[in-house]
Amino acid sequence: MSDLNKLTIADARDMLRAKKVSAKELTADCLTAIDAADALGAYVHKTPELAMDQAAAADARLAAGDAPDMCGIPLGIKDLFCTKGVESQSASRILQGFKPEYESTVSQKLLDAGTIMLGKLNMDEFAMGSSTETSAYGNAVNPWKIDDRDLTPGGSSGGSASAVAADLCLAATGTDTGGSIRQPAAFTGIVGIKPTYGRCSRWGIIAFASSLDQAGPMTKTVRDAAIMLEAMSGHDAKDSTSADIAVPNFEAMLTGDIRGKKIGIPKEYRMDGMPAEIEKLWGEGTAMLRDAGAEIVDISLPHTKYALPAYYVIAPAEASSNLARYDGVRFGHRATLAAGDGITEMYEKTRAEGFGHEVQRRIMVGTYVLSAGFYDAYYNRARRVRALIKKDFDDVFAAGIDAILTPATPSAAFGLGEMTDADPVAMYLNDVFTVTVNLAGLPGISVPTGLNSDGLPLGLQLIGRPWEEGDLLNTAYALEQAAGFVAKPNRWW
Amino acid sequence: MSIDTAIAAKVAKLARIRVEEDALPALAEEFNTILGFIEQLNEVDVEGVEPMTSVTPQRLKRRADVVNDGDQQDKVLKNAPDAREGFFAVPKVVE
Repeated sequence: MSDLNKLTIADARDMLRAKKVSAKELTADCLTAIDAADALGAYVHKTPELAMDQAAAADARLAAGDAPDMCGIPLGIKDLFCTKGVESQSASRILQGFKPEYESTVSQKLLDAGTIMLGKLNMDEFAMGSSTETSAYGNAVNPWKIDDRDLTPGGSSGGSASAVAADLCLAATGTDTGGSIRQPAAFTGIVGIKPTYGRCSRWGIIAFASSLDQAGPMTKTVRDAAIMLEAMSGHDAKDSTSADIAVPNFEAMLTGDIRGKKIGIPKEYRMDGMPAEIEKLWGEGTAMLRDAGAEIVDISLPHTKYALPAYYVIAPAEASSNLARYDGVRFGHRATLAAGDGITEMYEKTRAEGFGHEVQRRIMVGTYVLSAGFYDAYYNRARRVRALIKKDFDDVFAAGIDAILTPATPSAAFGLGEMTDADPVAMYLNDVFTVTVNLAGLPGISVPTGLNSDGLPLGLQLIGRPWEEGDLLNTAYALEQAAGFVAKPNRWW
Repeated sequence: MSIDTAIAAKVAKLARIRVEEDALPALAEEFNTILGFIEQLNEVDVEGVEPMTSVTPQRLKRRADVVNDGDQQDKVLKNAPDAREGFFAVPKVVE
């Protein structure tokens, strides 16, 4: 057999258990695909030897029987996850050469389940961006192409999205602070779920905005997302915000039966200037869920408009605090100092050299909104608005809504470099449909549902009740089945 | 309010990021664009609304007040740009 890298997790699991393939064969095919795909810029640190060792261990475990679902599954890991002994740089120069002495809880859980790490995946620097263009490694590229332009795979988990869409792994980890799993998933025609805040431990994931960050799987199908999310989830004493709530068997909840479910369509997501193709996609998705037996309900989330401005206070504020640790003392880059330079010059030069432009800008915006005299006007006001945004969702869920259907992104993937001259706010608008979910701590999933007139993938987002990822995944499964999205990018790389 | 180059310089200083003099006007302009966007929040009536502290209403877990970690000096120093004799080394801090 060949092209085993194109398998889904579910199919690979079944074939591994039936001894039709080995983890070593699966891994070898992925490694071959990775080496032929450097043009995509998806993998930034390859770990082929480690992967083959892990594959051998997985095969032994499979032979002994009683292996978990994820045993023998080759994955790509976003560079934001600390992986023991393997470069973990958050796509930043300031963490050049950093090799953690420890493993993040989520990646450890995946290793404990028998998965294989193929390497580390490209991303926006410190997960700040929507196009993977702020990466210190250079751009990640979308495997989807319609003309001679290179398109963005989205961001910040752009390397993860590119790798999954191009079959350079069976699935990948992502993280999502304002849309960083769901937007790239939509841009590349794959599935990405951000679980409820607290479902996955944040320990060992390089922090951006701690009250918003969540890890999640990026996969080829909804079923794979269900399988992988279960392996990533669970309480961790090392993250005080991780929830001590039982993790259900999400896959077992995929019945495809959504009869009688109430799906909310929020009128505030119908933005001015929304492209016709997004409007059309949303209408089609609504019809698919109605045809599957769901009840469609018009709802209102009145504070939606204020989510992005609130996010661009809260996220930079938390980032300015979290990124204060990069001081050139304990890890990563330290600037070369001139004679007579003291510790302040060391900090200032190190941070100026180490952080890219967007990261510097967000740290400074965060510093400003937290500074004396502005804390109440900006930071506290944003946290009040955040409470209102969460209340909007609480109210519709209390009224019986099971899930909310929205577009995932305001457009299809755009060309790399096309946003360079735009003001920063134009790039921020990419997250207009996803950022509310982070502010409210809810689970959200992006499901590929169609192609635009140019042939690029588009996704819809479903938003669920807190801790009800199983129900959300089932609704996503019904949408996936109805949409029947099977398109793949034509290989050009 | 509008950010001028003096405020931009002060913010850069507070953030401990060196910004060269000639880069300050562009930085101030970017701040103004972003803060202009954020100003929309002033339209919202937040009277009587408490600032959110935790997105999930949970009580943080407690643990026994005992030492549960330590003796990892080598690991802690492993990634330091300059470590000497079991310590992080930095430029002179006090005259």
